[in-house]
Amino acid sequence: MSPKLTIAVASGKGGTGKTTVSASLSCAAADAGYKVAYLDCDVEEPNGHLFLKPEIDCRHLVGIPVPVVDQKKCVACGACGQICQYSAIVCINKNILTFDKMCHGCGGCALVCPAGAITEKSRSIGSIEGGSAGRISFYHGNLFVGEAFSPPLIRAVRSTGCNGLNIVDAPPGTSCPVISAIKGADYVLLVTEPTPFGINDLDIAAGMVKELGIPHAVVVNRHDPDNTLARDFCRDRGIKILAEIPDDRRIAEAYSRGALPYSAVPGYRELFKELLISAVKEAKW
Amino acid sequence: MVKEITVISGKGGTGKTSLAASLVSLAENTAVADCDVDAADLHLVLNPRVEQVNDFSGGKSSAIIPDKCTGCGKCHELCRFGAVVKNTDQKTVFTIDPIACEGCGVCSYFCPEKAIEFKQAVNGQWFISSTRYGPMVHAKLGIAQENSGKLVSLVRSQVKIIAEEKGLPYIIVDGPPGIGCPVIASVTGTDCVLIVTEPTLSGQHDLERVVELINFFKIPAYLCINKFDINPEMSDIIEKKAMAAGVKVVGRVHYDRNVTGAQVKKLPVVEMPNTPAAADVRTMWSNLLQEITAATKVS
Repeated sequence: MSPKLTIAVASGKGGTGKTTVSASLSCAAADAGYKVAYLDCDVEEPNGHLFLKPEIDCRHLVGIPVPVVDQKKCVACGACGQICQYSAIVCINKNILTFDKMCHGCGGCALVCPAGAITEKSRSIGSIEGGSAGRISFYHGNLFVGEAFSPPLIRAVRSTGCNGLNIVDAPPGTSCPVISAIKGADYVLLVTEPTPFGINDLDIAAGMVKELGIPHAVVVNRHDPDNTLARDFCRDRGIKILAEIPDDRRIAEAYSRGALPYSAVPGYRELFKELLISAVKEAKW
Repeated sequence: MVKEITVISGKGGTGKTSLAASLVSLAENTAVADCDVDAADLHLVLNPRVEQVNDFSGGKSSAIIPDKCTGCGKCHELCRFGAVVKNTDQKTVFTIDPIACEGCGVCSYFCPEKAIEFKQAVNGQWFISSTRYGPMVHAKLGIAQENSGKLVSLVRSQVKIIAEEKGLPYIIVDGPPGIGCPVIASVTGTDCVLIVTEPTLSGQHDLERVVELINFFKIPAYLCINKFDINPEMSDIIEKKAMAAGVKVVGRVHYDRNVTGAQVKKLPVVEMPNTPAAADVRTMWSNLLQEITAATKVS
């Protein structure tokens, strides 16, 4: 058995309960005696700390390399502007202009410059904080407001964690930020709600994890026994449902004040304990 | 002049799409754009008839030509995105993972054998459609594709052309969650944003970040507190904080199961007669119009 297992909690649609599920699973894992880390990769809007209330003991900045041009060495050949695919460096009237916020940090301009006029410096796009919430190791990324590209920060959050069970709280959607958060995970839990929007976005998210080749299952949130939308979809697609969290006003009220159903609503400890057991079993850990 | 109203939220699942669909219905004669291109849902309510399908290319991507590759590893050494994968069990020593590739072209440029193609990629599709309310532009980003910001900008520029051609008074834009690339692409240069939040600790936290973003770009913003009665005290706190940040509250919408009911019936919630949410959204729309008109006069 590998000492490390990474379970990512994702969803196409926002607000389906990713943080509720991932934070509750982390608590259940800690109570079951696992070495566990919670990694909040929703760096645009991180919320896990509101529920786990960690004590933060370290913080560092995350940056990407951007070009610095030595105008004295520059021969104004324009090669840097030609290789750059992001319009982050351009040569106008023999002057080189750089647009750091457009830069993806590929390093092409520095490599191609024949005069050695381009070096690189790190530009911070966000920060990572780490600490502990009881027995849970806690990490989250915080993208600086106004920054567009979160994947480098998300990858940095993913590189933290522990040599045990790592629970990743992914951002919503299906494009680059989500992929950076779930890539390399051993297992993905897709959280959905049984509404037309929820199922439409689950369909897209399921396509994404399939494309990435990661084993996955569904957790239905705000489940109502009379509504079979999620069950029908999962049966047709052959995707397992590992848990159904009832549509319970007490959960919504606990959530509104920053409390988890795991600890704040009677009866839910068992549900998440069982979800943890089945997820670990399905992930073949 | 056409007015572009962009609905965003920071936190996902606060009701952007349900509200945007209702605004479209209330505005009567309007153009509409769905800019939540990686999880688009507005079409489920507005039921557009697609009239034009176009491919979207967000950039280029690299691919190794196996016959030309000598396996020197230069590409593997230079790629900073971990997109050049070293194989152990295939004839080709290196391949490019299209999902990890950021399309920078460095590998192709520096390949000594010219064995890496660097071509325009198709990353999705965008559509011009008609709905019973007016023209709609929407899109579908391919699975696991990048550059959603570029696709958002494209959708917005297209809907603007159509709205201006037809002389429509409004463009309603359904935006994505978060504060990153697609959100920035959705709000830059818009006439105003309508932020939808909910009275939860998460909603409040995310609202602070999205308001910071909007103030960073100096865009006029209004706030709608959805499901305000779930936690009225929190709604009051949110309203105060928003006012202090220069964001005026134009509406409070009751928690109402008819909102989900409307979704199931594929109707904007304002078309569900005698429902609390419909009445609240109507009031919000008239407040929003008053604010926009007043702001236009001042400027």
